[in-house]
Amino acid sequence: MKKQLAENEYSHKQAYKRKNIWSRNISTLVFMAPFTILFVLFTILPILSAIGLSFTYFNMVEAPSFIGLDNYIRMFFDDDVFLISLRNTAIFAIITGPISYIISFMTAWLINEFRRSVRTVLTLIFYLPSLAGNVYFVWTYIFSGDSYGFLNSVLIRTGIISDPILWLTDTKYMMGVVITVILWLSMGTGFLSFVAGLQSMDRSLYEAAAVDGIKNRFAELWYVTLPQMVPQLLFGAVITISTSFAIGYESMNLTGFPSTDYAAHTLVLHILDIGGVRFEMGYASAVAVFLFALMLLLWNVINKTLSKWL
Amino acid sequence: MNTANIDVVKLKGYKKKKVLNRSIGGTIFIFLILITLGAFMLLPIVYAIVTAFKPVNEIFIYPPKFWVQNPTIANFIAMIEITQETWVPFERSLFNSVFVSVAGTALYIIIASMAAFPLAKKKNKFIAIYYQVVVLAILFRPEVTRTPLYIIMSGMGLLNSYLSIILPILAGSFGVFLMRQFMLTIPDEILEAAKVDGANDYMVFFRLVMPLVKPAWMTLTIFTFNSLWNTGDTQYIYNEEMKTLTAVLQSISSAGIARAGAGAAVALILMIPPIVVFIISQSSVMETMSHTGIKG
Repeated sequence: MKKQLAENEYSHKQAYKRKNIWSRNISTLVFMAPFTILFVLFTILPILSAIGLSFTYFNMVEAPSFIGLDNYIRMFFDDDVFLISLRNTAIFAIITGPISYIISFMTAWLINEFRRSVRTVLTLIFYLPSLAGNVYFVWTYIFSGDSYGFLNSVLIRTGIISDPILWLTDTKYMMGVVITVILWLSMGTGFLSFVAGLQSMDRSLYEAAAVDGIKNRFAELWYVTLPQMVPQLLFGAVITISTSFAIGYESMNLTGFPSTDYAAHTLVLHILDIGGVRFEMGYASAVAVFLFALMLLLWNVINKTLSKWL
Repeated sequence: MNTANIDVVKLKGYKKKKVLNRSIGGTIFIFLILITLGAFMLLPIVYAIVTAFKPVNEIFIYPPKFWVQNPTIANFIAMIEITQETWVPFERSLFNSVFVSVAGTALYIIIASMAAFPLAKKKNKFIAIYYQVVVLAILFRPEVTRTPLYIIMSGMGLLNSYLSIILPILAGSFGVFLMRQFMLTIPDEILEAAKVDGANDYMVFFRLVMPLVKPAWMTLTIFTFNSLWNTGDTQYIYNEEMKTLTAVLQSISSAGIARAGAGAAVALILMIPPIVVFIISQSSVMETMSHTGIKG
């Protein structure tokens, strides 16, 4: 069945491979120039200059001086905070990445069963935390460390704890708190893409599948929905990687900058600390390049796995 | 015989329906999951809204109450007073946010759509490589390139300008990717027909392609407006007069619990525009989708 669907898609793709519909090449240039210029200046150039600067010592005042691999050596052998932030970033990415990806898809799939109006309201509710952006500071009231904190007062009154817990400054709980808030924020762009993708799916495929003997909705999800959703799933993966590795500002606003014992410090915050506060641009660039490499590596693995698997 | 036949037909109809319409147990299970998840998503937002209307003595009440007892707008007045203290009137920060978000969104829609058109409808090696780069670049959000961006911004003399907020968003490849994906769904025959009728590439783009992909740029409006509106302190701006309302909120709420009420008031005001934009665009996306049916 999967094969049949794949063949369908193939013939679809072929339909686009037609003759050239363009009158002149110059128009392509005109269409692409504005974005390309901005893209090169503010996306490609930062990445390339980070790579270049990562081999230098640069403090924004004097000209950069070449120091070879010193920054990279320092990162792993002479910077405990880097190792902490690498570990935290990995934990955030490993936990929040897959969970938010799966929750986003499953929720989109579940609300797809409803009527259009209900679906719109539900989509809004789940997307609301991402939409409302900076409202996540409300979690600082919920997790406030004294007995006025909402969670503490509920836990004390129900007798689960006797003394308030310092959720935002006790190193034991900080990661958990930040992960909770990140998950709360996780239904963003990827989620909307899933909702839209499921909506525009061809209903007749489901009917055909039912006739072909698909018994329950999980089988239907596996054999009909998922293969059709590969483009959206890949897109969701890109978005998830880019958000889970960029975690930092949420952590900063919840637990402070820097957080107690750097317990919720991440690579993005470490870059901000070295570059934005101490102006060690060369070293900050090296950490940034390391982060880029990590993201690219993961994207390659996921891309290969997802496209092979489905 | 007759009745038996009817029964079989009914049974068949029922069975088929059951497969398509799912089981009851599963539906209850779905409802439970959705309600739990929905509460987790919604309650903190409700709490933030309610807090904005709490008088000071209720914010510091023990035990804390979820709902407000005596709603007041004192927090909104306090918010305006606090922003006056920093020498920048509230209206100025609000204007900064509105200007940056509206202008940035409009620009991005045009720029991204223009770039997406050849990417979707032209076939050559250069386009294929360009597209790969666009997809990869979605990974690199401005947060992770902030340090090198700062160097470039300062080199170009863009610090302390609205452009320092808008340009990194305009340079993002996500919108180009989104528009390109939608433009793929336009049949080449329509474009060829327009060509035969004597339209040039630009007319085809503005008169034909853009109206057809309205759902896509409505969707992109949500994302772009949202990320511009929620841009807080970027470090590219240290002049208080140029900072956005979100940056002001961040500095108020980082002042701690003492300004909790005012912080909640700003948060509530900040929340409204993205939600309004979402509701407007969302209904339009639905409507356009159902009328044009270009995906089907």
